[in-house]
Amino acid sequence: MGLVCIRFNFSWTKLGFGLNPVPTFAPRKVNPSELMSSIIRIRKGADIRLKGRAHAHVSTAPVSGKYAVQPGDFHGVVPKLIVRPGDTVKAGDPLFHDKYHPQVQYLSPVSGEVTDVVRGAKRRILAIEVTPDGKDERRTFDIPDLGKASREDVLALLAAGGWFGFIKQRPFDVPANPDVTPRSVHISGFNSGPLAPESGLVMEGRIDAFQHGIDALAKVAGAGGVHLGVKSGDATFDGIVGVNKSTFEGPHPAGNVGVQIHHTWPINRGEVVWTMHYEDVAALGDFLKTGTYAPERVIAAAGSACPNPNHFRIRLGAQVQSLLGGAAFDASNVRIVSGDALTGKQIDANGYVTAFARQLTVLPEGNKPKFLLADGWLGLGFDKFSLSRAYPTWLLPKTKEFEMDTCSNGEERAFVVTGQYEQVFPFDIYPVQLLKSIMVNDIDGMEKLGIYEVAPEDFALCEYACTSKIDVQQIVREGLDTLKQELG
Amino acid sequence: MKFLENLLDNVRPHFEEGGKLSRFWVVYDSLETFAFTPGHATHKGVHIRDGIDLKRTMFLVIVALLPALLFGAWNQGHQYFLSIGEVGLSDPWSAMLVDKMWIGLQKLVPLIVVSYGVGLGIEFIFAGINKHSINEGYLVSGMLIPLIMPVDVPLWMVAIAVAFAVIIAKEVFGGTGMNILNIALTARAFLFFAYPKQLSGEIWIHNIAASKGGGMLVDGYTGATALGHLASTVGKDMGSAEVQSVMSMFEPDGMFSFSNALIGVIPGSIGETSALAILLGAALLIWTGIGSWKVMGSFLVGGLVMGGLFNAMELNAYMTIPAWHQIVMGGFMFGMVFMATDPVSASQTEMGKWVYGFFGGFLSIMIRVFNPAYPEGVMMAILFMNVMAPLIDHYVIAANIKRRERRSAAVSLPATA
Repeated sequence: MGLVCIRFNFSWTKLGFGLNPVPTFAPRKVNPSELMSSIIRIRKGADIRLKGRAHAHVSTAPVSGKYAVQPGDFHGVVPKLIVRPGDTVKAGDPLFHDKYHPQVQYLSPVSGEVTDVVRGAKRRILAIEVTPDGKDERRTFDIPDLGKASREDVLALLAAGGWFGFIKQRPFDVPANPDVTPRSVHISGFNSGPLAPESGLVMEGRIDAFQHGIDALAKVAGAGGVHLGVKSGDATFDGIVGVNKSTFEGPHPAGNVGVQIHHTWPINRGEVVWTMHYEDVAALGDFLKTGTYAPERVIAAAGSACPNPNHFRIRLGAQVQSLLGGAAFDASNVRIVSGDALTGKQIDANGYVTAFARQLTVLPEGNKPKFLLADGWLGLGFDKFSLSRAYPTWLLPKTKEFEMDTCSNGEERAFVVTGQYEQVFPFDIYPVQLLKSIMVNDIDGMEKLGIYEVAPEDFALCEYACTSKIDVQQIVREGLDTLKQELG
Repeated sequence: MKFLENLLDNVRPHFEEGGKLSRFWVVYDSLETFAFTPGHATHKGVHIRDGIDLKRTMFLVIVALLPALLFGAWNQGHQYFLSIGEVGLSDPWSAMLVDKMWIGLQKLVPLIVVSYGVGLGIEFIFAGINKHSINEGYLVSGMLIPLIMPVDVPLWMVAIAVAFAVIIAKEVFGGTGMNILNIALTARAFLFFAYPKQLSGEIWIHNIAASKGGGMLVDGYTGATALGHLASTVGKDMGSAEVQSVMSMFEPDGMFSFSNALIGVIPGSIGETSALAILLGAALLIWTGIGSWKVMGSFLVGGLVMGGLFNAMELNAYMTIPAWHQIVMGGFMFGMVFMATDPVSASQTEMGKWVYGFFGGFLSIMIRVFNPAYPEGVMMAILFMNVMAPLIDHYVIAANIKRRERRSAAVSLPATA
């Protein structure tokens, strides 16, 4: 009887009979990239459900009191100053260049006066501060026709236009060396870290510019050399052509470019690839269209201690204070992170947005002792987010978000627990063994175990999940630095 | 808890550098971090950290040990009253519950005190010398050691075994996380080899020597463990009366029947007799993800496969014991759940864990049956696999390296175009 019913209904639908023949659902929009390649599912990883997501609205932030370029953001670059305090600069005028690659310039994002060069220990340059004059005068660059320009011309333009700082290379996860031809260029089309801004919001009205940026990169990498990883279900990059698209699905770190490279075209020994953030590609496109350097950035101010979690459109290098409610913001006992909670850099309330940050994360400081039975290690811990099932997080609804402070929740210990890193590390690489080879400075071991493919950010979740509270990212960074020194 | 916090803060200066008690800083530090998760904020790398730490991890293992511990205390009392005929094999559980627990705890508590006292004492000394804080590893080892001891083992022997294990198996290698061998099993192995006569003597049932002397012992009662009885059959004719009488104990109505062994109402080390109580602990360890289900699962399979092979061969009486009966006797279950899963001495790669566990279980049954001198095959098997674990990992990692090299050697082409 049931079978008859089903067949009966089926034929009705098929023939379009009935009182309501018009379908009440919209046909599913097919993502063209899904047609081109199947979805790559990242199974290992975790989404950290942090409280304080920014509202889905972008407002333009007021002009900041000061802007700064911080050489420390560009790991391994030795800055040679071009300007001195008191100099007047236009937006796009160089502030410093890389000592070992003088053609690679780092530009001022605004016009105004260079007010200070902040130095730290051993006179290391921490920041070059520019006070804007409000005129927004811009230096103009000669932009050749991309269709006709030679590869060398485009490279020279990228270096002079300040873009090589924003192109990173693997191995080593440092600003790209313009003298090396990369095997390919990889762009991740989304950030998957905690409280990261959505690509759709960031790219609103900037898709044309993005395509322009892609065209320039294709000139450098050769036809078919640019790879874009997009999030499954995200239509932001649907219209982009001239790239190899792959679709990714799964928890963080699926949006890490290193993970995407590993799952599409892994880096082998001796190969060099370049990576760039999708928003920087759009900013590069703007530069090519207008011939001026005024890099725009959409920043999500987020986190449970953020007074007004919102998205802001800023000029790169702006001060963070105005994004956090201005002078009224009480910065005592909170931590302001430029970047996400796993990989960002701690800054003060009058600090600057760092070069690679897409968000600010404001968290309560966790510097108070926690009594063992109440909120310490023996408590029930329903308010604690944990990837380990030793806390009841996994029994709570998947929608629950958690307020997390900066407490390390324990002290550093030797490696004891095994299998923990592997659960959040979607590479065919043994993370603990690689870390141990770095710790004992075994260069041969590091190479064999796949250090070429990784950047510290790929280990961020391992560090988060670590029972022994080991500083994993720092170890990876030291390993990469050692290797770079050895191999040049 | 403000009171406790203030108290700790007030006495803190005495323990700090230059204070009267500065040499006891380690003691103060470990007490403080025990009571309060320190207000250490992250300072580099990630800004938020998972709630899990080693203290909670180790604590959950101790919780998982509780069923085996409580049952063990009861069972030692039960075995004592059984030996002097005060209770029968089929006596209800509730009979003399308090008396049985009392006997058991009387034996168990001093063992725990000695184990923790000696072990933690040595840890404190080494932590003081090396100026690092106390690691939580011994919290579990210190609880495991009493549970794998015969009930009447002299406390001084336990003290020596603990000292040997902590110093030679652990501190020499650099402390928790650096050891090659499982600490608790090293302590047990030390006793086994250093005091073989005493270990095989009359210490498996409480007061058995005195009972025998006083003529209180039930007729024909020897107090030997299941594996002790089985070992005595090896090398003898399967049809002989002696062997037959031993094997009858393993029949469904015998003393060492499958159900008795599963429940654990048989003589043996304090915590190892009850497969059920141990499996309760295993459930918690697997549920919380702290114990590796891969190691436990493959260990179980390994034991069953070896037992099954013996069943197929049936070369002597020992081999006729069904595989599922084999694995509920002796220390097999306890070793599988609490010893083989020790993450430091086990294989560290996920693939390696399968191999490690399988051969651990396989060898446990093999040693037990092949070598009657070592009834506790589990101990030997796990220690052997501890030594082999780095080798297993080596091959697993070598395969990974080879895979990468092959990829590198092949023409480099994009996987998706």
